[in-house]
Amino acid sequence: MIPGLLVFAYLGVVLYIGIFAFSRSRGAGGAEDYFLAGRSLGSAVFLLSLFGTNMTAFTILGSAGHAFANGIVTFPLMASSSAFVIPLTLFFVGTRVWALGRRHGFITPVQMFRDRWECGHIGTVIFAVQAALLVPYIIIGVMGGGTALRGITGGLVPYWLGGAIVALVVMSYVFFGGMRGTAWVNTFQTILFLSFGGVALVLIGHGMGGFGVAMEALLASPRTAPLLTRERISPLFFLSYTVVPLSTIAFPHITIFCLTARRLAQFKRTVIMYPICILAIWLPCVFLGVAANAMHDVPRIEEKLQARSALAAPAGLTEPERSALRRAAAGDDVILVMLERYAPIWLAGLLGAGIMAAVMASDSQILALSTMFTEDVFAFYGGRERFGESIQVQTGRLFVVLLTVMAYVIALQVPQSIFDLAVQFAFSGYASLSPLLFAALFWPRSTKWGALAVALWSAFAVVYTARVPGALAWGGLMPVVPMTFISCALMAVVSLVTPPPSTDTIARYRL
Amino acid sequence: MNKLASALVILGVYVLHQDVWFWQAARPLVFGFLPVGLAYHAAYCVLVAVLMSVLTVVAWPAHLDRDPER
Repeated sequence: MIPGLLVFAYLGVVLYIGIFAFSRSRGAGGAEDYFLAGRSLGSAVFLLSLFGTNMTAFTILGSAGHAFANGIVTFPLMASSSAFVIPLTLFFVGTRVWALGRRHGFITPVQMFRDRWECGHIGTVIFAVQAALLVPYIIIGVMGGGTALRGITGGLVPYWLGGAIVALVVMSYVFFGGMRGTAWVNTFQTILFLSFGGVALVLIGHGMGGFGVAMEALLASPRTAPLLTRERISPLFFLSYTVVPLSTIAFPHITIFCLTARRLAQFKRTVIMYPICILAIWLPCVFLGVAANAMHDVPRIEEKLQARSALAAPAGLTEPERSALRRAAAGDDVILVMLERYAPIWLAGLLGAGIMAAVMASDSQILALSTMFTEDVFAFYGGRERFGESIQVQTGRLFVVLLTVMAYVIALQVPQSIFDLAVQFAFSGYASLSPLLFAALFWPRSTKWGALAVALWSAFAVVYTARVPGALAWGGLMPVVPMTFISCALMAVVSLVTPPPSTDTIARYRL
Repeated sequence: MNKLASALVILGVYVLHQDVWFWQAARPLVFGFLPVGLAYHAAYCVLVAVLMSVLTVVAWPAHLDRDPER
């Protein structure tokens, strides 16, 4: 009960920060203030909030769960590859998006695409694809909230109620605080969950009597020794994972966040510290997920290990039985189980708040979708002219409510694991959309028809790979690789056979 | 450092991510508990931070801050 109370106290603090930020920004008003915090975020808030924005339920719960099942490979697959790719994209793309946003007053990426490629409805198509891909990412937050609160309270708060509470808190501070509130909450949350990993590692290690013993036990068994190497995956599959982090800069909430920096220099500290932040949060989570395989004395973990062994049986299982075993073997809650077993009860509560901080990252996506809807649809199709900027902001707030309710309802219906959902839909789709940004910024000859081809292809490929297992997994590569390369090819070929934008427009985008 | 040198350094760091040399190795356990493949990629994150701090000195797009239209 104490951990649950501490987590609820944490949720109260988060709400306070969001509402406090709202009261500070109330006087300024306007769409740019609500959606971009007036392009005024300082250095530390920019770094911590940008990092927090990109960390989701999947960072702590999903990464530990993936490592529990797959071993140390989780870290280079997802963490160190992101540590390399994301700062570089922020360096080369984020800084240019920031400069163009200042120069031309953009609030969303679609506004930039419409201006850059002299198009209207094609921008709406890009908006629709981006929005459809972002929704699953928002659902992850609600699912993670439900899973985390249920785990932290030992089942006292059921999944449906935990998801509802998290959705309500996030919705409230996004509604009142806009970008400024969301950025400050993200900053607070990032500090919290960056502290979480190290503390959890020390506590659990101490409780287990040292990790060395656990690692030796894993190495002694032929079934678990491969968890400490990468022998179960091919180098080609490993290589293909480095394409996935290209999705980050293409996520609208990240692109939009690049516009909030007060000065260009704020990107400097961010790109340098980003890999260190990734290390600080991912290394403990992945390591703990692997170490959980040695915890046969923890009944809930032993049940998962038994389920995994049963799944490995060569035959004799029906599909419903396999599904049930897969659910039983899923490791998304292993860190929560370990904390419950090894941390003092009050500290488990504080660490639980750290987990909540990570799982509540859907705030930025909700705000981004609201921003995109009000700017790319409502304002573009005449809403701002007809009703004024104040109504535009109110429309954005209404959209926040509707979106959160929709995400919650879907989260109750979708039983898929956090990690699968994230990778299958959002990450691959956005990696495939990333050529839009690169072409807009670095290739003057790119055209709106090339952009349309990329958007339609990405939408098709996501649906196709979701419906046909193994589709586009050519030669052992992940589907995200052919998806992204075909996007690049389409942008190049279609642009070359269609008329370019006017020279005036191209000149305005010369950086 | 010119653009080509920056690109080559970035490419070199990318190649270091594909560490086939530790593919099947769990030992030595660094600090007595960290499998070598995991320790390598932890160190890799630090290397990327160093790379980025070098790039902010030698390849920083400072011209973006001097926007004549602003």
